[in-house]
Amino acid sequence: MKWLYDFSYLTRAIHEGLSARFEPGTVVILEMVLVGITFMLLFALLGLVLVYAERKVSAVIQQRLGPMRVGKWGTAQTLADVIKLLLKEPLINKDADKFLFNLAPFVIMIAAFMAIAALPFAKGLHAIDFDIGILYVAAVSSLGVIGILLAGWSSNNKYSLIGAMRAGAQIISYELSVALSLLTIVVLTGSLQFSTIVESQADGWWIFKGHIPAMIAFVIFLIASTAETNRGPFDLAEAESELTAGFHTEYSGLKFAFFFLAEFANMFIVAGIGATVFLGGWMPFHIGSWEGFNAVMDFIPPIFWFFGKVGFMIFLMMWFRWTFPRLRIDQLLTLEWKYLLPINLMNIVLMAFLSLMGWHF
Amino acid sequence: MRSVINYFKEIYFGLKSLITGMRVTGHYFTHPKEIITQQYPENRETLKMFERFRGEVVLLHNENNEHKCTGCSACEVACPNGTIEIIHKRVDVDGRKVKALDTFVYHLQMCTMCGLCIPACPTDAIVMANTFEHAVFDRSKLTKVLNNPGSKIMDGIK
Amino acid sequence: MEDVITTPLESQEYFINMGPQHPSTHGVLRLVLSLDGEIIRKVEPHIGYIHRSIEKMCEHDSYQQIVHLTDRMDYLSCHINNEAVCLGVEMGLQLEVPERVKVIRTIIGELTRLSSHQLWWGVMGMDLGAITTFLYGFRDREMITDIFEETCGARLTMNYNVPGGLMFDIHPNFQKRTKDFITHFKKKLPEYDDLLSNNVIFRQRTMGIGKLSKADAISFGVTGPSGRASGFSCDVRKHHPYSAYDKVQFKEILRTEGDCFARYQCRIDEMWESVSIIEQLIDNIPEGPFKAPTKAAIKLPKGEFYQKVETARGEFGVYIISEGQKSPYRLKFRSPGFSNLSALNHMAQGCKIADLVAIMSTIDLVIPDIDR
Repeated sequence: MKWLYDFSYLTRAIHEGLSARFEPGTVVILEMVLVGITFMLLFALLGLVLVYAERKVSAVIQQRLGPMRVGKWGTAQTLADVIKLLLKEPLINKDADKFLFNLAPFVIMIAAFMAIAALPFAKGLHAIDFDIGILYVAAVSSLGVIGILLAGWSSNNKYSLIGAMRAGAQIISYELSVALSLLTIVVLTGSLQFSTIVESQADGWWIFKGHIPAMIAFVIFLIASTAETNRGPFDLAEAESELTAGFHTEYSGLKFAFFFLAEFANMFIVAGIGATVFLGGWMPFHIGSWEGFNAVMDFIPPIFWFFGKVGFMIFLMMWFRWTFPRLRIDQLLTLEWKYLLPINLMNIVLMAFLSLMGWHF
Repeated sequence: MRSVINYFKEIYFGLKSLITGMRVTGHYFTHPKEIITQQYPENRETLKMFERFRGEVVLLHNENNEHKCTGCSACEVACPNGTIEIIHKRVDVDGRKVKALDTFVYHLQMCTMCGLCIPACPTDAIVMANTFEHAVFDRSKLTKVLNNPGSKIMDGIK
Repeated sequence: MEDVITTPLESQEYFINMGPQHPSTHGVLRLVLSLDGEIIRKVEPHIGYIHRSIEKMCEHDSYQQIVHLTDRMDYLSCHINNEAVCLGVEMGLQLEVPERVKVIRTIIGELTRLSSHQLWWGVMGMDLGAITTFLYGFRDREMITDIFEETCGARLTMNYNVPGGLMFDIHPNFQKRTKDFITHFKKKLPEYDDLLSNNVIFRQRTMGIGKLSKADAISFGVTGPSGRASGFSCDVRKHHPYSAYDKVQFKEILRTEGDCFARYQCRIDEMWESVSIIEQLIDNIPEGPFKAPTKAAIKLPKGEFYQKVETARGEFGVYIISEGQKSPYRLKFRSPGFSNLSALNHMAQGCKIADLVAIMSTIDLVIPDIDR
């Protein structure tokens, strides 16, 4: 069970096992394929679990039962939905730009794959540990908007186009806030590398250690990342009561499923980043010098800590979505440029001052 | 200065209103006992409609396969949609030819469940039943004959 | 090159068909929007997708049969529509209905108004993206529909009124159920404020949007809560009391802003007033017959009769021209939705698409009411 607490044993064993049989070049390719397959499986699993979770959470909030028919407590509902989506006819508009139309869902999925590569799931379990991890994730996670723009543009549908243009304005704006709120913590860690950030939280998570400015940064991150993933109350790109389904109005079948999956994958990714930077990633919860308590917390494997924290962040996002009305596009931009951004900049200055004076824990 | 205070006031009250909303939804999330969903096909056994619920028109028959309909067509006249069709026959009563009910045709597909036919009936022969599962695969199945085969009018009903 | 740089960028108006199948047109209404980016230049409503020629059908139906057709117009305030026809016929017959009938009609009318406003509140939230409100609105409405089902025999198209009174007496459980509902609903109404009215996003989405001045409200004939939000005092219950409205104390909700939020708040306040009206009447239902005796075939005397009532959406009028026959010579309905819709273009000009959705929600359109 040692590998459950430190995955580098497992990864090293796989690497050594492969190296013993193949050339070093082949080993790299094989490992890449292995990682790719793992992430594909992870996404498929995430889609199944998160869609079910969203439906159940929304149902209970709305005093409903949610899916109950397929399987015990409706657990097989998403599986049934997947089968339905696979069997549906992939329709393409008569005057749609076929190449871009088919490309768009893949662009979104590729962006999600690229972003998830940098996430540390547990000790020694990440695809790549960049030394500019945060910068990389911030850059890559906004690539998805190209997919949305392509989808809206190529659909030859005015509703789609409006939705896509809204998404463009929205994501470009909120990208700033996400990056700046993460930078607030980077001031404390002094490193952009995810593994270093996690290690630095061994004696306490940054949201507690950095107290007031870290809390503000966390709230801003929550708002901005919800906006960046196009989820309610910021789902203007879809806005089903205004634009029917926004940028993916014309998509059906598997291509629609990709958009759907990408939404949940992106949600997982931003929740993962938030958990890593603010809530200590896979680090267990420790309280100062309580040895017994800390030992019990250490007993829970890091990967469960990570998924637990991510689950908490995702639940918060779902709670937002099922409570608030949607913003209008100009109010969305007002919120970003008049509230979040100035507060964020002030917050960084405050954090720098705090860090300079050594007032954080 | 005032504008700066207002700016932070706005943020404070805005966030407060959002948290108030989240408290409401959070309350229901943590109280799953308050769920009000009824699982319909599963609760068929226990499902009881209100006695006045208007589901479809039925012609009451007693155990001797007798009904009270005289074939007077009052319901047919009262019906706004032509849902009810009474087909008459002539029967001999004491040597006189008297109008009587031959077939009581009820077109469920046209019925709006307005209930006007019930008070119109002088002999209280028809009532509204509580059934509501009317879905069928063929429209023609919705045209029903309400009087049972071989049924006849009760004694003493005129 | 100079020319290219100095000439301003040209923008072009384009058209969008919103509807007949669109989630927020609440039925088969088709709006032809003329847009400049997201800004609306013109809204042209195209109606007629659910026209069933109810007025023409009335010309060969008996007066009892006409009543159930009005259920199918504004189905959310069907009892009040029924009442309008019955009051019109009773006016023609110069028939005095028993006090009991008047009180029961008023209680059920107010329950209908409540159920309509609850549904509107839920849908309003859903149009603005808060889907949860939809379920909460329906949750409370369900109790009212249960009351209706027990007493009237149907949940939506009740057809409980007949010329001269009611189809049957109230159910023995009616008073208890109604009181239960009132206690339940008084606890839930503040939740409506927590979820939408006080929500900062909701306030920003509705305040100052879709303004309608008092003068415009009067000239467009916008009635009901939508008109009263502009300061147009048009409550038929107050100005021309019918049934038992002259016996109860209630305020006519008036606001002056005329924007979406005023229309929203008007309806919320009206719910409180409806609750108070029901509370005043529910324990004071006088004894007596539930129907005044009428002939089986009602023939109105030759002449013209007009009766108006206040539905959940505004002033609903029934104009009967009788030639002394069993059916009217001509029957005209003045439906509130039709007039309210006419002000949409005026209100929505210069707004964004998202605002149009909010405006349409706050004027609370029911499409079968517009098309008839």
